[in-house]
Amino acid sequence: MAKEINEETMENVCILAKLSLEGAEREKAREEMQKMLDYVEKLKELDTDGVEPLSHIFEEENVFREDVVVNGDEREAILYNAPKAKEGQFQVPRTIG
Amino acid sequence: MDFDTMTALEAAEKIKQRQISTTDLVKQVFDQIEKKEGKVHAYLDLYKKDAFARAKEVQKGIEEGRYRGPLAGIPIAVKDNICVKGKKTTCASKILGNFVPQYNAEVIHRILDAGMILIGKTNMDEFAMGSTTETSAYGPTKNPWNLSHVPGGSSGGSCAAVAAGEAWLALGSDTGGSIRQPSSFCGVTGIKPTYGTVSRYGLVAYASSLDQIGPVGKDTADCAALLEILSGKDEKDGTSLNRRDTGFSEELSDTVMGVKFGVPLEYLSEGLSEPVKKAFMDAIKLLTAHGAIVDFFSMKTTEYVIPAYYIIACAEASSNLERFDGVKYGFRARDYEGLHDMYKKTRTEGFGEEVKRRILLGSFVLSAGYYDAYYLKALRTKALIKKEFDQAFSDYDILLAPAAPYTAPRIGESLKDPLSMYLGDIYTVAVNLCGLPGITVPCALDVKGLPVGIQMIGNCFQEKKILRAASAFEKFRGAFPRPEMGGACL
Amino acid sequence: MKTYETVIGLEVHVELATKTKIFCGCSTAFGGAPNTHTCPVCTGMPGSLPVLNKQVVEYALKAGVAANCKIHRYCKFDRKNYFYPDNPQNYQISQLYLPICYEGSVEIETSAGKRKVRIHEMHMEEDAGKLIHDEWEDCSLVDYNRSGVPLIEIVSEPDMRSAEEVIAYLEKLRFMMQYLGISDCKLQEGSMRADVNLSVREAGTKELGTRTEMKNLNSFKAIARAIEGERERQIELLEEGKPVIQETRRWDDNKEYSYAMRSKEDAKDYRYFPDPDIPPVHISDEWIRRIREEQPQLREEKMDWYQKKLGLSSYDAGILTESRHLAELFEEVSALYGDPKKTANWFMGEVLRLVKDKGMEPEEVRFTPSHMAELLRMVDKKEVSPQNARKVFEEIFQKDINPVLYIEENGLKIIEDVKILTDTLQKVLEENPGPLEELLSGKEKVFGFFVGQMMRELKGKASPEAVRKALAEEIAKRKSETVPMD
Repeated sequence: MAKEINEETMENVCILAKLSLEGAEREKAREEMQKMLDYVEKLKELDTDGVEPLSHIFEEENVFREDVVVNGDEREAILYNAPKAKEGQFQVPRTIG
Repeated sequence: MDFDTMTALEAAEKIKQRQISTTDLVKQVFDQIEKKEGKVHAYLDLYKKDAFARAKEVQKGIEEGRYRGPLAGIPIAVKDNICVKGKKTTCASKILGNFVPQYNAEVIHRILDAGMILIGKTNMDEFAMGSTTETSAYGPTKNPWNLSHVPGGSSGGSCAAVAAGEAWLALGSDTGGSIRQPSSFCGVTGIKPTYGTVSRYGLVAYASSLDQIGPVGKDTADCAALLEILSGKDEKDGTSLNRRDTGFSEELSDTVMGVKFGVPLEYLSEGLSEPVKKAFMDAIKLLTAHGAIVDFFSMKTTEYVIPAYYIIACAEASSNLERFDGVKYGFRARDYEGLHDMYKKTRTEGFGEEVKRRILLGSFVLSAGYYDAYYLKALRTKALIKKEFDQAFSDYDILLAPAAPYTAPRIGESLKDPLSMYLGDIYTVAVNLCGLPGITVPCALDVKGLPVGIQMIGNCFQEKKILRAASAFEKFRGAFPRPEMGGACL
Repeated sequence: MKTYETVIGLEVHVELATKTKIFCGCSTAFGGAPNTHTCPVCTGMPGSLPVLNKQVVEYALKAGVAANCKIHRYCKFDRKNYFYPDNPQNYQISQLYLPICYEGSVEIETSAGKRKVRIHEMHMEEDAGKLIHDEWEDCSLVDYNRSGVPLIEIVSEPDMRSAEEVIAYLEKLRFMMQYLGISDCKLQEGSMRADVNLSVREAGTKELGTRTEMKNLNSFKAIARAIEGERERQIELLEEGKPVIQETRRWDDNKEYSYAMRSKEDAKDYRYFPDPDIPPVHISDEWIRRIREEQPQLREEKMDWYQKKLGLSSYDAGILTESRHLAELFEEVSALYGDPKKTANWFMGEVLRLVKDKGMEPEEVRFTPSHMAELLRMVDKKEVSPQNARKVFEEIFQKDINPVLYIEENGLKIIEDVKILTDTLQKVLEENPGPLEELLSGKEKVFGFFVGQMMRELKGKASPEAVRKALAEEIAKRKSETVPMD
């Protein structure tokens, strides 16, 4: 059995993911996560000792960009979709400070 | 003129010969859309006016020799997770419901440069998370072969549009089978290229290490021609590769004489439905009858591909989707108290259930104390899977697999049990984990009249091999029927 | 009363002086209107992708090699996930598992002597955007011009014991980066920022105490005050038998107190994982060798050279090398002119005075070295008076004029013509009969008055020595001519 997803874990994951699930939705999400984690426990059967984790499939060559300015002022396009903007900036609820 | 049996390459040739005009083609496609879209719901957005204007411009360009490519003048549909400048790009999510990118995806530049005509954006599973196109925030797409069934997913809109004749060609994206599986369900052809062959710039990321854009079309030749247009190094995508062997439409052959095919035995075991198994075995017989060598062998990592895939895909997705927060674009919740409440309400209201499920799982497997046990374990498993595929390709030219264990399920059946839906990806996800190219070609109809496709998987950079085999297979198989769309099944 | 030892480690962020951002082709220029140096990549638009700027790797390697670090030949970027509006993707691209440089050290010198500060690692990462608070609407506004500006974060081991050592370490890093030409390291502009990890322990104990991390330190003075403040706060807690909580604190330099930055929404679990969008970087031996070979002379080497080979005092050597640019200018002038000491005197005097008077940065000083060398030579040849030479130098400093032409055109060349000298002398003596009488009667202190008058009359074009000589001769002559009164 995988780790039990209790309320504390659920709350922590919701804070990390910035989701606020309530009531039945939360319980359902918890159950499904539990089910999925129980299922992926399967990987424990597989002996991966000494196997390097493979993050990138192709990694032989360096991929770089030259240090040359290619972008101009795109402010209008950048702010085009802003839910709220003010004086050329994105407006958000007050942060600390 | 019988547009139904005509391929995109043939239509483009007729434009060059002045037998038809680009406007004829755009008119024909919108006529089909008018007739069928009400039932199929393949599209989220249509560019009718723009398409007719563009048709004129392209016609002129072809006549003046500016557009010489093999698909100039062909209307094309684009999956709604690919950015088109000035057009809504929603990923079938409420959270991007009003998002209008001010830039084109690299593939859009390429298809426009090739003289193709954008006709609209196709429906999909929200953020490409799903196998049925039912997780779309804008309602499901129906399978043109039987409207009470799903088209598959996540590129269900693109595949249904091509199947219904609502598009000549379409762009899809494939993270775990999202082109190959709906192509199978809809009786069309779709390719997932080698990772890095097509630029991902402007493709809204689901799982960055697995995502690839690919073509969906009526046959292998059409898909190969489109893939050739899409492929090539893009300086804006660090994972895009500098390949020189992208002349995919050359050398399509009609023989499989001496080609060595391998079939993982595990793919034929429990879980594979009888109708799909029968179609698959028939296809193998057809290949062997034409001189192919088909061997069965064991792929021991098969049972681990789904757990590894879902851990990796969800982990990446949880990070990729963090940017949807109501600050820079898209939906922002109406009422909130302070910053974090704004984040939470925006995301909780903006994302659908399946997306939230994957974000939660992904956040968990990366969280402190679980990273090694889940995420790193999955990356180690991936290394072993890759090793086993490398071994297989030292023995075989091409691997054969079904695209899904069953034909298209009925609408409403799959989402009840997410885990069993995930298990349906068993034949497709390893290809993404290992960066391999794969193609699905229709091979049969089941007793209910739903299509079944066969998947051919090549080693990295071996697109040409699978394209040759796929086009040969099409010839052995003969013309594949088109859906009737009589409406009787409604 | 127990005695306590303060244990300090630093996380220093240095903004690299590249032309473009780390992952996109936007300018890094400081001070543009909000969001005018942005694109889909550095604002986290859907579908945009990062591509690594090669210069960032090059600069990080230079820093690593100079700080005696080992280099990871295979390094990766990781995503650090946290939600905050200055971070458009809600993850920062940084390096956790395989930072480019690790296990280095630098030597610092304080009143307590020399000490080695070990460097745990240096990694590359992207800067965040800027948040300003709008009091009118009680909201915050986000500007992404700084988002994606390349940084290296230099993480030290907890090897420092006092504010003095911390400042010495920061100075050391600052000079190192400036000499390497990879950052201007201005604390005020935020191109160098330091977070202080501090703990206290009873003197003599081995184990480290619980540490806090302090942020928002904008000047060396603020850092010194924050260290003192936090040390006292922690000691007070320990004396009261209360635990120190491991947390991040924000220093308020006006109130001279730090505040815990706590929130239940800050889970502090960054879920680092390798960024799938950025292929790993391979660093060849050849690359590292080239960086090593191209490494410029650093400040300590220059100071050493100035003292041992050029014969300057350690004070002068220290001052002259505070700016690599000025030091190089000094070296060029000195080489052309041939007398390092005299050149140094002029730099210490005139150049630095003008820099200060004009409110300039040493880096902004621009003049042709040969112009200054030529001027010094003319002073030596007594073709221009030292007084006028200073004025001419000001013209060189400001307008980079050619001193030979300028002196000619403005008639500043020293007058060697004896007639003009004697004529002027006669005139000055005639015009000042009173002082002359005093001088003749032996009041030597008015001698200077006449020299001054002469110089004014001659507009400084005569050498003071010549004037003094002529005056002394004239007075002696007149004294001998005067019949002594009896």
